[in-house]
Amino acid sequence: MKSLKIALASLALVASSLASAQPTLLNVSYDVAREFYKDINAAFVPHYKKTAGKDVKVEQSHAGSSAQARAVADGLDADVVTMNTTTDIEFLAERGVVAKDWAKRFPDNASPTTSTMLFLVREGNPKGIKDWEDLTRPDVKVVVVNPKTGGNGRYAYLAAWGYIKKKGGTDAQAQEFLSKLYKNVPVLARGGRDATTAFLQRNTGDVLITFESEVESVNREFGKGKVDVVYPSISIVAENPVAIVERTIAKKGTGDLAKAYLDFLYSEEGQEIAAKHSIRPRNQKVLARHVQTFKPIKLFTVQELFGSLSEAQKVHFNDGGQFDKIYTVR
Amino acid sequence: MAGSAATLPAPLPATAASSRRGGARKVLPGFNLTLGYTLLYLSLIVLIPLSALVIKTFAMSWDQFWAAVSSPRVVASYRLTFGASFLAALFNVFFGLLLAWVLVRYRFPGKKIVDALVDLPFALPTAVAGISLTALLAGNGWIGQYLEPLGIQLAFNPNGVVIALIFIGLPFVVRTVQPVLEDTERELEEAAMCLGATRWQTFSRVILPAILPALLTGFAMAFARAVGEYGSVIFIAGNMPMVSEITPLVIIGKLEQYDYAGATAVATVMLGISFVLLLVINGLQAWQRRRAGAG
Repeated sequence: MKSLKIALASLALVASSLASAQPTLLNVSYDVAREFYKDINAAFVPHYKKTAGKDVKVEQSHAGSSAQARAVADGLDADVVTMNTTTDIEFLAERGVVAKDWAKRFPDNASPTTSTMLFLVREGNPKGIKDWEDLTRPDVKVVVVNPKTGGNGRYAYLAAWGYIKKKGGTDAQAQEFLSKLYKNVPVLARGGRDATTAFLQRNTGDVLITFESEVESVNREFGKGKVDVVYPSISIVAENPVAIVERTIAKKGTGDLAKAYLDFLYSEEGQEIAAKHSIRPRNQKVLARHVQTFKPIKLFTVQELFGSLSEAQKVHFNDGGQFDKIYTVR
Repeated sequence: MAGSAATLPAPLPATAASSRRGGARKVLPGFNLTLGYTLLYLSLIVLIPLSALVIKTFAMSWDQFWAAVSSPRVVASYRLTFGASFLAALFNVFFGLLLAWVLVRYRFPGKKIVDALVDLPFALPTAVAGISLTALLAGNGWIGQYLEPLGIQLAFNPNGVVIALIFIGLPFVVRTVQPVLEDTERELEEAAMCLGATRWQTFSRVILPAILPALLTGFAMAFARAVGEYGSVIFIAGNMPMVSEITPLVIIGKLEQYDYAGATAVATVMLGISFVLLLVINGLQAWQRRRAGAG
């Protein structure tokens, strides 16, 4: 199935590059960024024409972040990868597909945008959910993504863990808090979209923990006012890292184009498009302009509490890690 | 993991009194050529991809392999996958037989349409099946809303897994039993009736022996298909570790950690269990055929 997709994608690429002499760029990205990059690409093409004087075609490919990273590692010819978890790019760096120091190649840890975890509750917040504590109440059912199968779930878990740590709690207390929280979970969704579907279409649970950037798509797909957004007292910074795929640009000679594309994500225009899609821009000016969308919230980074996402992955989410312990010790 | 594995020739021990006498002059020519072609084709389509899977697991030491395939979460998922597949296939044997019986023995308006409907689970993308079943059975669904107050929960727990597997396995049983039922001679049943057999005796002594091999094949196919099923199940299972995680989901979870070796290890175990089970079912079938043939 996957190899078929890769074959098709590369066929399409070969066909398109044969059909036109104009350079093409393939951006391999995660599932829910499809709309965002559609807008970015539409803006980038004229921008590139103006600055470099060349017509360019941008192709997109979207699926689960890790699945996409595996496809690129297995040979999908992406010029750039734009992911929602740093571990996916780390994996490519280990394979030598992207530069070892990819995080230093672009500003802000090579993450032009971020997001954070917040709560969606039913209209009018009937259960009065305000903060992380409320999620462990016996009368509350929580819908969340399985950290084993989705980055969304990993960030939700780490955000809850960080909430206890930031209050001055110990690791043991954090562990206890999380096992209480996961006892309230009736359904572990496979990915962000599954979770949203379970919460909104099946009416499962009272609260959904998800990315801030999902709010936009929920409003678009289900209509405004179906859910209320609740900002907890503190949450986590989820970086959306980007990198150039060295293997591909060496083959295709698209290095300058790939760099221009990723630089464009940092430009005011690119940041503005991100903000429109509820993805937090790094640019403070742009952020200030959209204060209505991005309520100020106390944030902590993965680095500050867990060292790095790869570290957190080892300690918490790999087989036999903390998350498994929560579920196997009943 | 297609159901085609069920049609693999079960390597019977040489002592088996097979009806064909090897070594004697063969009536049909071209055995060598066709056997060669069969083996080549099977190797290309089935064996080579599967051996690649096994080779991938050689990257692990024996201890790592054992740790990967025997952790409690994984073992719980084997139980659910094989248990639910077995239940679903069993359910399909009974109801699939009923359905085939009605389609073969009776005439009624709209029969053609019903007959065509049976094949739908074959054609429908499994994800669509999973989503529609969940929409029906979840707490706010058409059916779920009446069952939930009674404390019957069919979605987001192992029940949902069984239901999804019943759905995808149904055509296998119906389509394997149907032609055999059509071929059974009505005269035999009439003769049995004339000789004073009760209806039950007629069924168990005359009809059942004739269709049992086909039923077993249908069971094996439905079962094998269910074991490998992913698309429809994940939407309705709830995917809770130790409770409602199917093995294919565990494999996906391992891939998410970039643990290729672990994923292939679990897949290899699945393959091994499935193969042994299919072998047993095929053996049963051969035994049944010989018994029916000898009787």
